[in-house]
Amino acid sequence: MTADTATKARTPRRTGRMRTPLLYTIASVALLVMAAPFLWMALSAFKTKQDLTASPPVWIPSRWTLDNFTALLDQLDMPQYFLNSLIVAVLVTVSNLLFCSMLGYALAKLDFTGRSKVFAIVLAALMVPGNLMILPLYVLMNGLGLIDTYAGLVLPFAAGAFGVFLMRQFMLSVPDELLEAARLDGAGEWYIFWRIVMPLVKPALATLTIFTFLGSWNNFIWPLIATNDPDKYTLPVALATFANDPNRTVGGGNGMLMAGSLLVVLPVLAVFIVLQRHFTQGIATAGLK
Amino acid sequence: MSLTTGPAVPQAAVDKSPDSGGKSGRARRGRRSLSKHNLTGWLFSTPFLVLFGVFMLFPIVATLLMSFTDFGARNVTRPLEAEFVGLDNYTQLFQDDKFLKALFNTAYFVVVGVPATIVLGLLAAILLNNGIDRARTLFRVGFYAPVVTTIVAVAVVWRFVLDPSDGLIASLASEVGLTAPDFLGSETWAMPSLITMAVWRNLGTVMVLCIAGLQAIPVDVREAARLDGAGAWQELRRITVPLLRPTLLYATVITTIGYLNVFEEPFVMTQGGPSDSTLTVSLDMYREGFNFFHMGYASAMAYVLFVVIMGITVLQLRLLKDNTR
Repeated sequence: MTADTATKARTPRRTGRMRTPLLYTIASVALLVMAAPFLWMALSAFKTKQDLTASPPVWIPSRWTLDNFTALLDQLDMPQYFLNSLIVAVLVTVSNLLFCSMLGYALAKLDFTGRSKVFAIVLAALMVPGNLMILPLYVLMNGLGLIDTYAGLVLPFAAGAFGVFLMRQFMLSVPDELLEAARLDGAGEWYIFWRIVMPLVKPALATLTIFTFLGSWNNFIWPLIATNDPDKYTLPVALATFANDPNRTVGGGNGMLMAGSLLVVLPVLAVFIVLQRHFTQGIATAGLK
Repeated sequence: MSLTTGPAVPQAAVDKSPDSGGKSGRARRGRRSLSKHNLTGWLFSTPFLVLFGVFMLFPIVATLLMSFTDFGARNVTRPLEAEFVGLDNYTQLFQDDKFLKALFNTAYFVVVGVPATIVLGLLAAILLNNGIDRARTLFRVGFYAPVVTTIVAVAVVWRFVLDPSDGLIASLASEVGLTAPDFLGSETWAMPSLITMAVWRNLGTVMVLCIAGLQAIPVDVREAARLDGAGAWQELRRITVPLLRPTLLYATVITTIGYLNVFEEPFVMTQGGPSDSTLTVSLDMYREGFNFFHMGYASAMAYVLFVVIMGITVLQLRLLKDNTR
């Protein structure tokens, strides 16, 4: 046993060959389990009613149909919800990129009185759960007349502590000499921030963009509270409202729900698959630094 | 292990001390007056601090104040007319069977869900890190994909997968002659079903964190262990897990916070039922606050949950701190 393990360690290639089939089998089964709900959703969206209720279940539709999508678009104004989600997510992302970078820069590179206190606030804010704020936030937004407006959906998320933390961590690695040199050349602070530091932290900006955009796209509880007018629903709110509507089954049940889920999830999955490297790097950085 | 972590702590404390005060600090500043930027520093901080103040700090304080009042539907337009009721909301909370049940359900969700998520995430990371070379990206993307997808959509899909009449699992079970329980309609099975979904959805985060942590473990440590005759299990227990401890604790902290706030899963999949068996604190708070407009009462719930989260997080971070830097 001991000798055997020792040999394995010395010849990692052979180890690989011996253990590989088993590992790949385990990993593939796990992958299948992980992917099953997505596959089931994607295939069910194109099924006829007979296939949807078939027992034993039919994986591949016996007849592919777009009926679920047409019925869904007929009942729900999906393009409008899509647009709402998109507008909110873009605004939230842009403001986070700007404001979090600014504070991140100040915390990483500008020595000012009170800096450690500001950083302590940011760290504390990281720990506060969003649900703690929603009650008075609703009263505030209602008082400001911002219920059912994009501003009402965007403002509470316009500058997140996570973004500040991420940007600060990245900006710490920008060499001070570079900034000092620019200052000696007479560059203003805004110029240094915008023209020198920001281009150097592009990977961090990419990470922040992805996380903020998806966070906003997937956000549920606040849009649920801050919208009453269906025209202002975001995609998740529209989908959840539709799923919990007791009259839904009359109009056509699970096929439509799967079609709706597919439409909500597809853009997210596409973005993720294209940019997946940034995700894993971003999470790892935020976790380890 | 203690060699790498022990002595580093005081050093970090020195580095971090905000103004490192005294004469030496001031002297150093004087020499490098170029790098003191009070005005610019605050100007760069202002946008964040304003948004933070209005949309975070103010609501945090307001929730606390509201929790001592009878804030109700009429106060939404006239918040200042809410009446002070002292600790009534809090004393009432702990006699409220529904809330106590929600507290219990949330604890159930966390106590079962967090360890399951961490263990499976760690196993996935070890699997992908040792042995899988080809198609590694495919596996990584596949395991992580549920994390990024919209939870509402995912919950809708799972509801269908678990459906007792046309659901995937029920149909598969009937094919082999078994009857699957009505997962979401049963008081016994509803919560485990929600937990399973949460584990499925969140293990990718833990996996990614652990892969990063695993790659930071020097190869020679493993080699040495193997040369000394450590088997796979010993290597996992004696090398991998101890060296990954900071990563695992961080993953535990963020997973715990997320699970304590659980809301979307019961909202979409069970609406808290059957008979409140999946009612969580966040869902209870949402209902009291926005269905019944008992906002003072709901605020008290929010604060109880917040205190629980803070307590657990501080406890876990304390463990974390001893082992990093």
